[in-house]
Amino acid sequence: MSAYDVVVIGAGPAGMAAAVEARGAGLSVLVLDEAGAPGGQIWRGVEAAGPSRRGVLGGDFAKGADLAAAFRASGADYRPRATVWNISPEKVVDYSAGGGSRQAAAGAVIVATGAVERPVPMAGWLLPGVTTAGASQILLKTSGIVEPDTVFVGSGPLLWLVASQMVAAGVPPKAIVETVPHGRLMAAAKHLPGALKNAAALAKGVRMMWAVKAAGVPVHTGVTDVAIAGATHAEAVTFKGADGAMRIETRHVALHMGVVPNPQITRLLVCDHVFDTAQRAFVPVLDADRMTSRAGVYVAGDGGGILGAAAAVLTGRLAAMGAAEAAGRPVDEGARGAVRAALAKDAAVRPLLETLYAPAEAALAPADDVVVCRCEEVTAGAIRHAARLGAAGPNQVKSYLRAGMGPCQGRVCGMVVAELIAAARGVTPGDVGYYRIRPPLKPLPLSELAELGEAEPVAAQ
Amino acid sequence: MPTRIDAAGEPIAFTFDGVRVEARAGDSLAAALLAAGIDTTRRSAVSGMARGPYCMMGTCFECLVVVDGVPNRQACMVEAADGLVVTTQDGAVDAFAHEDGGREMLA
Repeated sequence: MSAYDVVVIGAGPAGMAAAVEARGAGLSVLVLDEAGAPGGQIWRGVEAAGPSRRGVLGGDFAKGADLAAAFRASGADYRPRATVWNISPEKVVDYSAGGGSRQAAAGAVIVATGAVERPVPMAGWLLPGVTTAGASQILLKTSGIVEPDTVFVGSGPLLWLVASQMVAAGVPPKAIVETVPHGRLMAAAKHLPGALKNAAALAKGVRMMWAVKAAGVPVHTGVTDVAIAGATHAEAVTFKGADGAMRIETRHVALHMGVVPNPQITRLLVCDHVFDTAQRAFVPVLDADRMTSRAGVYVAGDGGGILGAAAAVLTGRLAAMGAAEAAGRPVDEGARGAVRAALAKDAAVRPLLETLYAPAEAALAPADDVVVCRCEEVTAGAIRHAARLGAAGPNQVKSYLRAGMGPCQGRVCGMVVAELIAAARGVTPGDVGYYRIRPPLKPLPLSELAELGEAEPVAAQ
Repeated sequence: MPTRIDAAGEPIAFTFDGVRVEARAGDSLAAALLAAGIDTTRRSAVSGMARGPYCMMGTCFECLVVVDGVPNRQACMVEAADGLVVTTQDGAVDAFAHEDGGREMLA
């Protein structure tokens, strides 16, 4: 088994920044990432993207190339296409790469696994042709693929970002169906003075919306009762808008309702979590150095609460500084203070965004006949019924109904299952908790488990 | 139909359910299939309903396909390569179907 001062999981903005900082402090670093190249989701494909694609994706995307270059030059041991499937309480990391499993002992673990999109359960969301908005953007970033028939449904900055990037690519989407309830803008306005500390982010948001509207993309706002029609494929989006019932014919729907921290590893390690009511999501409890309740386990980036890519770089640095200090290396307090100040400035825009783009109630409380657990096809009604029968939390619902027991292991449905049980019981999601996450974090062949730890191949009996 | 905004990546090709799919080096299998207008890649093990790529980032497991005989591969996480034989994953997979004598060993 190899040993490292720091094992970083994820090579997005947070993971790359943490690796560079930790190497700068003289620590040995292993970076494990599922993708084939560094960048994470936000900077996915940034090294390979040519000038035209970078132009379409904008300046904030291009910035990722500099960090990726610094990361490549940092001397960190980088393993792309490596899937972490277990971490023991003693911080031994099991990962699968190249068809075999390996182990690495970590002095500190920095979890930089980012965010996942909040599920947007609605009638028809299982149909082929329905993806997340993030999926649309990944197609654009990694393969330059755009679908002009796309109708974006939901809310959040990413929805506008992808739509504006499609406009820049000369292939605008068919329509935007925004579910932000009327009155939200007024509620969010009180956060505007604070948000002005990060005026650049605000200006970027306004520019994105202008670009989409200027391109003539129909934008329907304040809509309710959204559903996707179709038998074996998406055929149309239906909703109630300002002009009454509407139907837009399309075979490509991209859903978005914001992002939430990817909980798999911090839950696996049974770190303390709280339900953040502003982000409407579970977040791990972190100290000022980004360390969890488990000593030596840190979270960098959106996995510790949604702050965005710029902040992810900063929290990556903080986590690495914390790990370096714990390893007895000197830390430049001036530099650490500057990172904290930059983080506070960057985060100033969050209260406005969190208020304006808080998930619509319909996404948290879908109708009884809507499937919530996509893998096992468990409906919201069945989950409510289980809660009324006495299922106190997601783990009981999993036992009753198999919700969260399919191949995705609850990654997609977990947030909504917790919300549904909480609503049925009249308590908060924090009271009902979350799925217990167990290894393997992703399915792996039994042969890999059988071979793990064998010094020499064993002859078949 | 989806379009590509640039010509990056060498042309490659694989088959999906026996049909030739043109792709570009660097595409994931799922991206290449979507670009070719194919967005049904499996049938649910529960109801048999058609499903296709949803998250494109390895989270949702909706894009499971069979690649060169190996089931349960996430099409969004597998890079497209020349000559791959990819098929729809039709419902639940018999874990022993591709292992010679596997079932007999259990008996």
